[in-house]
Amino acid sequence: MIRVDGRSDSPSLIRVRGLNKTYRRGGEAIQVLQGLNLDVDQADFVAFMGPSGSGKTTLLNLLGGLDVPSAGSITVAGDEITNMSANKLTHWRARHVGFIFQMYNLIPVLTAFQNVELPLLLTKLSKSERRKHVETALGVVGLTDRMNHYPRQLSGGQEQRVTIARAIVSDPTFLLCDEPTGDLDRKSADEIMALIEELVGKYRKTVLMVTHDPVVAARAHTTLHLEKGVLVEGERKGVLVGGAA
Amino acid sequence: MAIPIVYNLRSVRARWTSAIVAVLGIAGTVGVFVAMLSLARGFKATLVSSGSVDNAMIMRAGATSEMTGGVGIDAVKIIQDAPGIARGPDGPLVTPEVVLVAPIPLISTGTDANVQVRGVSKNVLQIRNKVKMIQGRMFEPGLTEIVVGKNANISYSGLTLGNTISLGNLRFKIVGVFDAGGSSFDSEIWGDGHLIGPAYNRPDTFFQSVTVHLVSPDAFQQFKDAVVSDPRLNVDVVREIDYYSKQSTRLTTLITVLGGLVASIMAIGAVFGALNTMYSAVSERGREIATMRALGFGAPSVVFSFVLEALLIAFVGGLIGCLVVLPLNGLTTGAMNLQTFSHLAFAFKITPELLVKGVIFALVMGFIGGLLPAVRAARVPVATALREL
Amino acid sequence: MKFSRFIFANLFRKKMRLLLTIGSFAVALFLFTFLAVVRSAFSRGTDLAGADRLVVINRAGLINTIPLAYRDKMLQIKGIKYITHNNWFGGVYQDEKNFFPQFVIDPENQREVMTEMKVPDDQWNNFLKDRQGAIAGATLAKRFGWKVGDRIPIKNSLYGPTKTWEFNLDGIYANDHPGGDESQFWLQWKYFDENIPAVIKDMPGWYVVKLDSPDDAVNVAAAIDRTFANSSTETKTETESAFAAGFAKQLGNIELLILTIGGVVFFTLLLVTGNTMAISVRERTGELAVLKAIGYPDRFVLFFVLSEALVIALIGGLIGLGLAILAIPAVGAALQGLLPPLLLSVSVLALGLAFAVFVGVASGLLPGIGAMRLRVVDALRRV
Repeated sequence: MIRVDGRSDSPSLIRVRGLNKTYRRGGEAIQVLQGLNLDVDQADFVAFMGPSGSGKTTLLNLLGGLDVPSAGSITVAGDEITNMSANKLTHWRARHVGFIFQMYNLIPVLTAFQNVELPLLLTKLSKSERRKHVETALGVVGLTDRMNHYPRQLSGGQEQRVTIARAIVSDPTFLLCDEPTGDLDRKSADEIMALIEELVGKYRKTVLMVTHDPVVAARAHTTLHLEKGVLVEGERKGVLVGGAA
Repeated sequence: MAIPIVYNLRSVRARWTSAIVAVLGIAGTVGVFVAMLSLARGFKATLVSSGSVDNAMIMRAGATSEMTGGVGIDAVKIIQDAPGIARGPDGPLVTPEVVLVAPIPLISTGTDANVQVRGVSKNVLQIRNKVKMIQGRMFEPGLTEIVVGKNANISYSGLTLGNTISLGNLRFKIVGVFDAGGSSFDSEIWGDGHLIGPAYNRPDTFFQSVTVHLVSPDAFQQFKDAVVSDPRLNVDVVREIDYYSKQSTRLTTLITVLGGLVASIMAIGAVFGALNTMYSAVSERGREIATMRALGFGAPSVVFSFVLEALLIAFVGGLIGCLVVLPLNGLTTGAMNLQTFSHLAFAFKITPELLVKGVIFALVMGFIGGLLPAVRAARVPVATALREL
Repeated sequence: MKFSRFIFANLFRKKMRLLLTIGSFAVALFLFTFLAVVRSAFSRGTDLAGADRLVVINRAGLINTIPLAYRDKMLQIKGIKYITHNNWFGGVYQDEKNFFPQFVIDPENQREVMTEMKVPDDQWNNFLKDRQGAIAGATLAKRFGWKVGDRIPIKNSLYGPTKTWEFNLDGIYANDHPGGDESQFWLQWKYFDENIPAVIKDMPGWYVVKLDSPDDAVNVAAAIDRTFANSSTETKTETESAFAAGFAKQLGNIELLILTIGGVVFFTLLLVTGNTMAISVRERTGELAVLKAIGYPDRFVLFFVLSEALVIALIGGLIGLGLAILAIPAVGAALQGLLPPLLLSVSVLALGLAFAVFVGVASGLLPGIGAMRLRVVDALRRV
């Protein structure tokens, strides 16, 4: 279940309490997040929206272990990540987070297969084991026949699908998306969103997504707005406990 | 319509690190190029300026250099009477000379150099009239006195005014320093021929060469014919200037060949560096180029613009290279004349012509380095370039 | 290695740039090798000089002679094993351009003192019996296409009126030491002494002394010079290597010249490749950030950049060294007569490779550290 009041006692997959983040910009201190709370459970699909500069990307960075908060705690699957060293965070990200950014996701000089394989190179899996996982991931996103193509040979939508395959190949705890359909035309965007919905519904993946597009946000179970440094609930699709639609 | 040069200047300023790299690569190559050529030139100039066009040298037939030659006093007497020789107040301007080398330590390394010692006749300054005394005075004939050339004075140890050195089994006092106009004589020690030979246990009546001052440069042929055809003599006659010019060939060739090889290799490297820089410039500025094309600047304008930029960079590099080596001009160094095995002190000689050559060399490198990338820049379809994010 | 595909793939991002950078390394290494070889050619005399040999010359200068009688006096000095003597013949073979050193040798002691010059026994025996016999070095013989049995005429004007001396090539010597001189021409002392003017007979140009042990060098040299001090012909004795070094120093400050050029090349190469690596890393900031985001540790990124630089350096370096191995013998042949033989030793090649590796790592270091320190958050914000 998705909550933003910080009062849930039951253990959630992702648990954020009292998150603060302050930046210094030109001598001034700007507090972007002010005591933010969040609870997300397995197979939840959350969209974050808000005007630019509201701190959505900051929140995503903090949740993904790419940045450290000024105060507060973030616990993912029982691990408190806010006090982890940079090295530990790196390892943690590899194990627990699948990233889907707006661009620069794919290495242009590697094939789709090699791109998807990248996270697995950090593990101790053998070559044939890696191959199995990559083929599976590519199968999920429906791009098995394009395994050996380079990004420049793929359409924008296909590139994002490869990105998604890479994000899920090591079976992370949750997926973080930052404007995943930002660069795509309407049709491709729909395809991608359908895929993400399938990941959530069929494969029970947990997805946190930042977007500025209300049509895209509508696909999520819940849309949360960032206002004045905290999350505020928006549209709720009639979801109760567990995230089942 | 030509793309304004201002664009190039501003672009260079924006990518200044790459530009500096290309500039330095070219500067280094030009520097080495100019330095090596000026070294070879300095050596050659020293030897060439040693000869006068109106002096003739006589050596034993077949001798490859002065030191290996031999002319007896009887021959000298015959030569003196040949036509075409100028006369001074004391008689015909003829100097029979004893030439040998003596080991004297180099100031720079402390090890011995083979310094050329010349036993001359008393009228030598009238024959080699470019030589002037700049310190002290000329030696007195019959006395154990010597004079040293200005390069010998500063390159070899102990050759200062008033000092006494051993040559062979005699001791000689240095009474003067002379300036021979930057020729090989500036590296020599001169003394009375009648004393130098005997100091080395050589007979007083035997010389290595004879140099005569001619009435005029045109008198050479007449003089030569008379001497060479004389059955009592077995000698070769050459113009002094030709003799010295030939003497320099081996070392000049060596320096030029080695220096040329090094400079060529460096040039290839510099062109690679320039190419690298220009290709990077083209790829980093893909969108700008496309924008300009879309605005109406044609492909030739783009090519021209890039080549101009490369030339600009190369020009600056060439200038810097020349400027950096310019202080070498006049710097005295030494080398062994590979034909006589005597040590020669000479100076780097950087002429304006050489500097111009250096800059042109830089421009050629820049042109080669700029052309291909420029053509590639112009060839990218505008639409593709604009799409590149 | 797991990441090798990734590293190699990144190199091929911009093929032209890769080719040019590899080319820069190849050129620099070729030049480095060339300079090293020239430098060793100039110092070869010093390097190969016998530690157990002394050279005795007339104190007044090498062009003056020493009495033959000095030989017996020297043999009485303790520590001397053998003595031989030489003269500089200085003739011309066909054309002045065909210069090569010609030495008058003392056949009885030559092989005992100059132990590295080897002549087959049968050829040597023929030579001993032949007054007009001559021995040529292997390189010299090859240069003019001489064979044993050829008649070699040499014109000489140093010892009287110009005369053509005729010699029979009885043998060819090879030098044991790699790179050692094989360009000399030897003729017999007796034949020489018979045919020069009386006033200069019995006067060797210099002596070469073989010691019982190299440790005696200083003492024996001093003893020799002491023996002839204050006589009409004083001597100057030094070890063969000191003698060669002094000679090399007169040739000119080659060492400084080569080091300067080498320094310029090194610096420029470092600059060019460092800049190239920096540009190539800068282009990829986004990708590197994503790599870090998905869990690649910072030091991996440094490792990738350094590996790329190293691969370029090694490939370019090996090409450059390979070209040198091919080209330098040709250059050496063209410069024959002007320079000692150009030898490419294993240590020069190894040094060149080390140089390439060093520049490679150095050029990748700054960009690599920059990439390592890159904060994902900042990099992605740049978008």
